[in-house]
Amino acid sequence: MYHNFAKLFEEAEAAGSIAKAVLNNEMEQHDLTEDEVYTKLATRWLVMRTSAQKALEAPRQMTGNLISGQSKKQQKYAKTRGFSGSVINQAMAWALSSSEVNASMGRVCAAPTAGACGVLPAVMLSAANECDASEQEILEALLVAGGAGAIMTRNATVSGAEGGCQAECGVAAAMAAAAVVTLAGGTAQQLGSAVSIALMNCMGLVCDPVAGLVQLPCSFRNASQAVNALISADMALAGQDAVIPPDEAVEALAKVGRSLPSALRETSQGGVAASKTAQHITQALKMDALS
Amino acid sequence: MELSIFEVLGPVMIGPSSSHTAGAARLARVAAEIAQKPFGRVEFGLSGSFAKTCRGHGTDKALLAGAIGLSPDDEQIADAEKLAAKAGVEWRLYREDLDWMHENSVHIIFHHEDDTSTEIWGSSIGGGRIEITRIGDFETRIHAENPTMLVNHLDRPGVISELSRVLAHYEVNIAVLRLSRVGRGRQANAMFIVDNEIPQAAVDELNALPHVEEVVVVDVS
Repeated sequence: MYHNFAKLFEEAEAAGSIAKAVLNNEMEQHDLTEDEVYTKLATRWLVMRTSAQKALEAPRQMTGNLISGQSKKQQKYAKTRGFSGSVINQAMAWALSSSEVNASMGRVCAAPTAGACGVLPAVMLSAANECDASEQEILEALLVAGGAGAIMTRNATVSGAEGGCQAECGVAAAMAAAAVVTLAGGTAQQLGSAVSIALMNCMGLVCDPVAGLVQLPCSFRNASQAVNALISADMALAGQDAVIPPDEAVEALAKVGRSLPSALRETSQGGVAASKTAQHITQALKMDALS
Repeated sequence: MELSIFEVLGPVMIGPSSSHTAGAARLARVAAEIAQKPFGRVEFGLSGSFAKTCRGHGTDKALLAGAIGLSPDDEQIADAEKLAAKAGVEWRLYREDLDWMHENSVHIIFHHEDDTSTEIWGSSIGGGRIEITRIGDFETRIHAENPTMLVNHLDRPGVISELSRVLAHYEVNIAVLRLSRVGRGRQANAMFIVDNEIPQAAVDELNALPHVEEVVVVDVS
């Protein structure tokens, strides 16, 4: 039974692939058949896909409307290709859509959390488009993302209140990077590097929600961590060696999370949440802490 | 890996926060199942990040929604206050220091119609996962990811053996068993995490055992 990446890669050799090793574990531990696992994955993929597309055309209404309409703007801009190209701009539009749906108390699939629910769907849609993946290939990549996420949940944390945004959007980016390497048919070595690179790129990222709302900077972080996932996978697939093994990067993430002061862990007391403008928004929306 | 990939790729839920909305709803729902008896008033003492971002994250609505039995993926969570008022349930949220617990913790007090109350402490530990850490006088550790059975009993020799005999008879496999007690020979609590559903007949039989005072099954999976 795996509990870290090293052991997962070892089991993958025997099972034939990383996806198969994660599948076997899920079936054994939770008494499910292969069909049941895939049916559950397909249900979640549908919720993810829907949330990533829902706000592209119609802005969502939410408390304060701080991020309402972001997805539509980015979607329109993506058609011009901008400076970072259409793939990146489209990925950001999808990530922003899920963030809008989430903020409006709509239905999302947490991956690993609701605050970070935009990253994985946006990256999966982008990567699947680029390599023309089948539904089955997408679900296999989701299995791997889930396995990677389980390791990071167990060995670090996915709670922003415990580990900052690096534990939410950062872990989501590492899961998504693992999924992209899987879709690309990469090796375990490349997958490990993609996870490490993604985590290195966001290490120390704080959780500082303006007015305690899951809107700003959350939506921008979903968009930028989706991009982090894509470029980390690209670097690993180009043959960049992360040098630091993924299990050590996860351990570092956990330690950094514990050393972050409470003000930077989802308390809206530090970071941009403590800015003058954020304070004004908090007062205007009457979002003060409980007394 | 004991943790299911569906705890990570999930839950499917109503936003905006897996810990502060979905986790809060699940925590209160599990707590209400443990409390069992109907209640006319419920109080939530919130600490740490829970107290600081409460309204912005919809934690107030989610806790109330869970207490009145809604699931984390129920779109009615946004209307929890209206639903609770309609059901004649009063509620209060306040800030409480629970520094020894996780950042996202709550102390829930259910005031039952028979003038008794049930106090439960728990935390939302990330990604919608929860941990109930204390029920009344008993320390515990309940995640409610598998069917869980709580048995209040007197601390007497052979009680655990009888409980497990009945479970074995109904082919219920025990994954984890944790025991705690107020003191030798006094009130005790056994928590069983099991692999499969516990049939009602088993619960009835367990309830009839000597020294067993109450059996509560929590199954929200």
